[in-house]
Formats: sequence, structure tokens, C-alpha cells
Amino acid sequence: MQQAPVQSSLIKQTPSAIYRLWGDRIFLSVVLLLALSIVALTLGLGYYLYLGGSQAINKEGFWGFLTGTTWDPALKLEFGIWPYVLGTLITSFAALLVSFPIALAAAIFTAEYAPRWLAGFINYLVDLMAAVPSVVYGIWGIFVLAPFLREVIYMPTFLWAAEKAPGLVPFLGNPAGYGMFTGVVILSSMIIPFTAALSRDAIALVPAAQREGAYALGATRWEVMQTVILPYARGGIFAGAMLALGRALGETMAVAMVIGNSNVLPYTLFGPASTMPAVIALELKEAVEDLHYSAIIGVGFYLFLIAFIVNVAASYLLNKLKVGSQRA
Amino acid sequence: MMREFKPMASSEMTLDPSLKTRIETRHVTVIYGQKAGVKDVTMPIYANKVTALIGPSGCGKTTFLRSLNRMHDLTPSARVTGEVLLDGINVYAAGVDPVEVRRKIGMVFQKPNPFPTLSIYGNVVAGLRLVGIRKKSLLDEAAERALRQAALWDEVKDRLHAPSMSLSGGQQQRLCIARALAVEPEVLLMDEPTSALDPISTQSIEDLLTELKNHVTIVIVTHNMQQAGRVSDFTGYFLNGEMVEFGPTSLLFTTPKDKRTEAYITGRFG
Amino acid sequence: MRSLQARYTRDRLILIVVIAGTILAALPLTLVLGYALVNGFSSLNWDFFTKGPKPPGELGGGMAPAIVGTLIITGTGLLIATPFGIAAGILLAEYPENKLNPTLRLLSDTLNGMPAVLKGLLAYVLVVKAQGSFSGLSGAVAMAFIMVPIIAKTTESVLKLVPWNIREAGLALGLPRWRVILSLVLPAARAGVVTGLLLATARAAGEAAPLIFTAFGNSLLTYNLLQPMDTLPLRLYAYAISPYEDWHRQAWAAAVVLLGLIVLTSLLARWVTRGR
Repeated sequence: MQQAPVQSSLIKQTPSAIYRLWGDRIFLSVVLLLALSIVALTLGLGYYLYLGGSQAINKEGFWGFLTGTTWDPALKLEFGIWPYVLGTLITSFAALLVSFPIALAAAIFTAEYAPRWLAGFINYLVDLMAAVPSVVYGIWGIFVLAPFLREVIYMPTFLWAAEKAPGLVPFLGNPAGYGMFTGVVILSSMIIPFTAALSRDAIALVPAAQREGAYALGATRWEVMQTVILPYARGGIFAGAMLALGRALGETMAVAMVIGNSNVLPYTLFGPASTMPAVIALELKEAVEDLHYSAIIGVGFYLFLIAFIVNVAASYLLNKLKVGSQRA
Repeated sequence: MMREFKPMASSEMTLDPSLKTRIETRHVTVIYGQKAGVKDVTMPIYANKVTALIGPSGCGKTTFLRSLNRMHDLTPSARVTGEVLLDGINVYAAGVDPVEVRRKIGMVFQKPNPFPTLSIYGNVVAGLRLVGIRKKSLLDEAAERALRQAALWDEVKDRLHAPSMSLSGGQQQRLCIARALAVEPEVLLMDEPTSALDPISTQSIEDLLTELKNHVTIVIVTHNMQQAGRVSDFTGYFLNGEMVEFGPTSLLFTTPKDKRTEAYITGRFG
Repeated sequence: MRSLQARYTRDRLILIVVIAGTILAALPLTLVLGYALVNGFSSLNWDFFTKGPKPPGELGGGMAPAIVGTLIITGTGLLIATPFGIAAGILLAEYPENKLNPTLRLLSDTLNGMPAVLKGLLAYVLVVKAQGSFSGLSGAVAMAFIMVPIIAKTTESVLKLVPWNIREAGLALGLPRWRVILSLVLPAARAGVVTGLLLATARAAGEAAPLIFTAFGNSLLTYNLLQPMDTLPLRLYAYAISPYEDWHRQAWAAAVVLLGLIVLTSLLARWVTRGR
């Protein structure tokens, strides 16, 4: 082996063995350990909720707990969570249905029609909307939205039905303002930004060549949108809708503040209802019986199952789309 | 992994015994995904000489250059086979630390890439400081020497602590050269170091190379044949991942042995 | 074949629908902001920031304990969450060859979308039950669960914005990878990483649901993390569902403060990531 022509002594002072040989290994181990605790946390979330809820779940059975319609923590200590599951599913899917076209319209407008400054402003609003705390939507719901809906929609509809179509009255329910319909309206407003942001990104990713190809065929703006852009971006739009659904399923305070919190089935259009997050937030700190505690945590476990499936699907789809767009 | 050893493929690749060999590559092949970017390259790199690698774009010269200091280690899809002997030791052998290899074989990139958050001075001594050398006198001495070697000292000595991004493109590239020199590598790899620069900055860096080879061994990739002719002592011509011909620059440019080399240097191709 | 005239008419109709949808989408936020400003801004006074709550029915008082509690709980949560979130961001951005990365990314994103109330429930099971009482600490743990995946995501994306050639330059100097990451890449992305921490903090600071049964709320000022603690969203919620006019007024004031926090951090985030 030949000796290097040493120009000064500096090179001899280069890093110690620990630094060179072990530095990378130690660093990576620490990073791995810290990062993988996120994996543990996500899975642990499900595990501990199951553990905490097992007393109630075991008592009622996996399906019995899910499909039981009586939630009675005071007298009979009977726990069935179906009213909450139903309330969560109905409000979430209804909110998705209502918000989706609105969010898509906003995404299309900002990505394709709006001038740059306006698009930037709307995008900022949309991002802001996602960050507004739930309780702030909630206080607005209590004092502004619910009274407004009562005066403008519920009471007139109710009075009209009482006079002209009495058969409808049982389906409408109590028009007090706090109930299912108000919950859906507030939930729809809150999940708009999730669909809108992801749809906007997906539309922006459509290659210029695709658009130009369609424009060159003499297509109008909407025809380009319909034939090229929306089909190309549909993966991202779908992922956005899934993400919004995930948010709706777990949304707690705003819904709890306006939905009336009644677990008595059957639910009506305007009348009070309840959801899984709401019952967790409202009852846990007041629970005294062990079984009641366990049942509430059990509600959390079932909510975990539903939300986990929806979120994993959304995340999987999004990560796949991102990888795809990077390759392209 | 190692193929059966055979003597140097072409006659012009025989080692020149009068020169000291700093690096010797044996059957270096770089596979990117499914495609071989470099195929079976065997060549010497002589100490204190400038070796130029030329060839049309996509011919594998940069890929080959990056295999010399194990820069491919970070690309999961890249695989290097064969041997790169630095002073007789295979840098790909088990137990050899790539970090150590890169301290001995420095690199300057196509685009000037000073660390944007550091000052001029901070950039030059980054390699020393980050391995724990703290003594100010040592750092100052190393910074001045490196900046002088990179012919940048006179231009920046009054504003050593100015942001590195305040320099012009040519100055930034010389700063990157100074930064690489500060850790006193034995070999300096340069990947088209002037391709992003104006003609005057290019000129100053070319002048620099002739000076620098007294201190380090230089391997330069260039797509500019005139540059190779001006600055290098030896030249290797790459085509489709293979090294077609290697020899003293003066001979290779005047009496190429391979028809493909001749076509390239006379401008009929590439 | 449809006439060109008809196609243009359709195009214009669609545009009207799209604009109407956009207005509808922006409407709730505008209304929420507007009402909060109108109802809350006039209620913001010195007492709001310096005094504690008055007994039910009495006029006046403020949210000082809640403001202090919000700072302590989210601050502690941030301290807990930062190393985990940044480590995950580093792993995802700097070690693309790591085989566990797809799983980590998937589960981190999933965790980000999971209901905050469940993260509070986990903090309840792990901390409140073990400790035997509600506490600011359990609230901070719940906040940390919320922040970690947000920090991981933003750290990953800002690290990926750092040009790759900076890493190559560092490695070519013979620096080990960890040194390149800690001393060259992270400093280059410093502003973005800090913004991510801020965004995560702001997001968590607005949460009430996971705190109801962890931090619990407290009308007295406390700095003790082992005691029940108040936060602004908790106090806002308690006052909003109360029957007292004056408390409603203060709840709106709390809403304005929370909104201000959100607007400030989002403006800061835009300013830091400008031109990217």
C-alpha cells in the first residue's frame, strides 16, 4: 500500500472510531426507535381501547354490544351502542353527500377557472377552514345556525306538514333546532376543506399535455374537465372524500353541541340524536360504574375500527397516488 | 461477484510504470434497476495528474465517476460490482467505511452547491468542523490554504463571514472546490464543474486545475472536448457505458486507436 | 352533434354552478369568522386575560386559568411530541431505502386522521387511570398524540424540499450521514420544521374533546401538571352550554382568541413556505 502525500497534520485528526463507525448506526437506531413508536401508538390505540372496553364487550358479546339498542347506564346497566353507531353513520354519510359536490365545485373553480390571486385566496380560506377548532364551529352552531334553521326550515316545514300532510310529522321530529339535521349541516361545513384540498391537488396534477390534447380537439372548458381532467384526477378526489368521511366520523364537539344528544331510536329528521364521539366526550367524566366506563371505552373501540378502516384506505390511496405521480 | 481476472483489455490500457497509480478500477459495472449504466470499466488513474472522462451524454461517465467514491450507496436501486482500488485497497471491500472513502476522494458537482445556511468561511471549514475539529487556528489555517488553492482567497478574504449565496456562480463553484480541498482529499472528482458557468468563470477554473494537480489527483467529467484537451493529462472515452479508449490526452486526441473515438473527437458523432 | 351554441351555453351554466358551489363552500367559514368577530371582539378586555372565572351568574371575570392551562398543556404536549415526530420525518425523508417506511407512512397518516377523541381516550386509559385522577399531564399526552403525526408529515415534506445536492456535497466531504442530516439538512429546513411544530401546536390547542376527560377543566389557576387544568376550548365549551348571557359573551371572546391563533399560525406558515 502506498502512502498518501500528507500535506499537513489535519487529516490525522479526523473523526474518532465511535463517530465514524457507530455514529450512523446509533443515529439510525434512535431515529428508528422514535419513529416506530408511531406505529406502536397507532396499533396500541386499538389494543388499549379493546382492553378498556372488554368488560362491557364481553358482557354483551361482540355483536350484541354493537347491535343492542338500549344504552342504560343508570338502572339496568345494559349497554348497546347501536343508536350511537347509527347516529354516527347517518350524519357522516349525509354530511359527505352534502359536502362533496360543494367541495368539488370549489376545487374545480380554484384549479381551473379562478384567476391566480382569487384561487390563492380561496385556497387559503379552505386551508383555514380545516384548522378552525371544533368548539368554534360548535358555538356558532348553538347560537346562530340552530336558531336560524329552526326559524327558516324546521318550523315552517313542521307547520306545513301538521296541516297538509300529518303522516309526515312522526318522521320530522321535534323542530327545536338541535338535532340530526343541524348536525349534518355543521358537519358538512366542517369537512368541505378535506375533499376540496385533495381534489384541487389532484386536478392540478393532471399533465398539461392531457388538457392541451383535449382543447386541441375543440372541446370547451367543461368538456375538457369532464372528459379528461376529472377522470384523470378521480383517484385523488376519491381519497379526499374518504379523508373527509374519516373526519366526519370522528368529529366530536361541534356535533355534540348541536345534535341534541338523545339515544332514543328511531331517529327523526329534525329531532335529537347522538353519535359515538359525542357519547364518549359527554359521558366518560360522569361515569361512576366500572361497567359504564368500560362500555364508553368500548364505544371508542368500535369507533376506532370504523375510523381505522376508512383512514387506512384513504392514506393507502393517497400514498399510492403520490408515488404514481412522482414516477410519471 | 468478481469476474475472472483478465489482463487489461486493450493494449493502450497497460499501466505506465513510470507513473504512480492512485486509483485503479477493475471491471467496474454499475447497474441501475435493470439497466447497466457502466459496463466493465478497467482503468488506472495516475497520481497528481488530471484524468478527463469524455463521451456523449448518457454514456455513463458521470455514473462511473460517482462509483469511485461510493456515491451510489444512497441510491437503493443502484448496484456496483467490480473493484475500485484506492492505493491498493478496494473501497467496496467489506469493512471499508464509505465515509472514510469520501474523505479521501472528494467531489465537486455540476451545479455549485454551497450550503445555503453557512457563510463562506463556514462552508470551507464545514468538513473539518463537522468532524469535531474546533481549534480556531487550525480552521483558519485550513480555510486560508483551501481558499488560496481554489484561487478564491483574494476575492473573499475581506468578507469571509458573508453568506455563501452572495457569491457569483463561478465564485460559488470555486468555494465548493475549496470546501472539498479543505479536508485534504487524495483525489478530487469533478462532475462537469464548469457546465453551469460563464466562459470567464470556466477559464478561471480550468487555470486552477493545472495548479491543483500538484496537490491532488483529479478526475474530471466533461462533455466539452476542448476542455478535456486543455486541462487533462489522460483521457478516457466512454460510449454506452463502456470505456472505449484510454490514453495520454495528447495521443488520444491526435492518433485515436478506436474508430468510435476518432468519430467522436473529429465531431462526426455526439 | 350538438351545436356549438348549445355547448357554450352548457359551459356557461356549469361555470355558474361551480361558482355557486365555491361561494357555498366559503360561506360557513365567513359566517363563523364574522359572528365570532361581532360577538366576541367587544368582549375582549383586560379582565379576560388576567382574571379567573366568577361564580355562576355573576358578571365579569375572565379566562386567565384557561389561557395559562392552554399554554402549559400544549407546550408540554409539544415537548413530548417533537422528538417522535421529527424522527419519523427524518426517517421518511432521509432514509428512503428503509423497508419499514411505507408502513410507517401509512400508519402515521392513519393516526393523523383518527378522531382526536380516541387519542384522548388512550391518554385517559394510560395516564388518568394510572394516576387515579384527571390532570394537565394526561391532557398534554393526548395533545402529543394529536401532534406527532402532523409534525412527522410536515417535517418529511420540508426535508424533501431541501435540494438533494446539499446532502451529496456533505457526503462527498466525507461526513457521515447522521452529521449531514443534523448539521446540514435540518438547519436548511429549519424554518419549515418550526412552522410544522407551530401548525401542530395550533391544531392541538383548539381541541376540546380529548381534554374533557383528561385535563378535565379547572376554574382555579394552577401551574401543577398533576392537577386538573383548564384550557380555552374547554372553558369555551362549558360557557357555551351554560344558561348565562355573560358566559356566552365570554365564550365568543374565547372563540375570537382561538381563531386569531389559527389565522396567525397559518399566515406565518404561508410566509415561511412562500415561493415554494
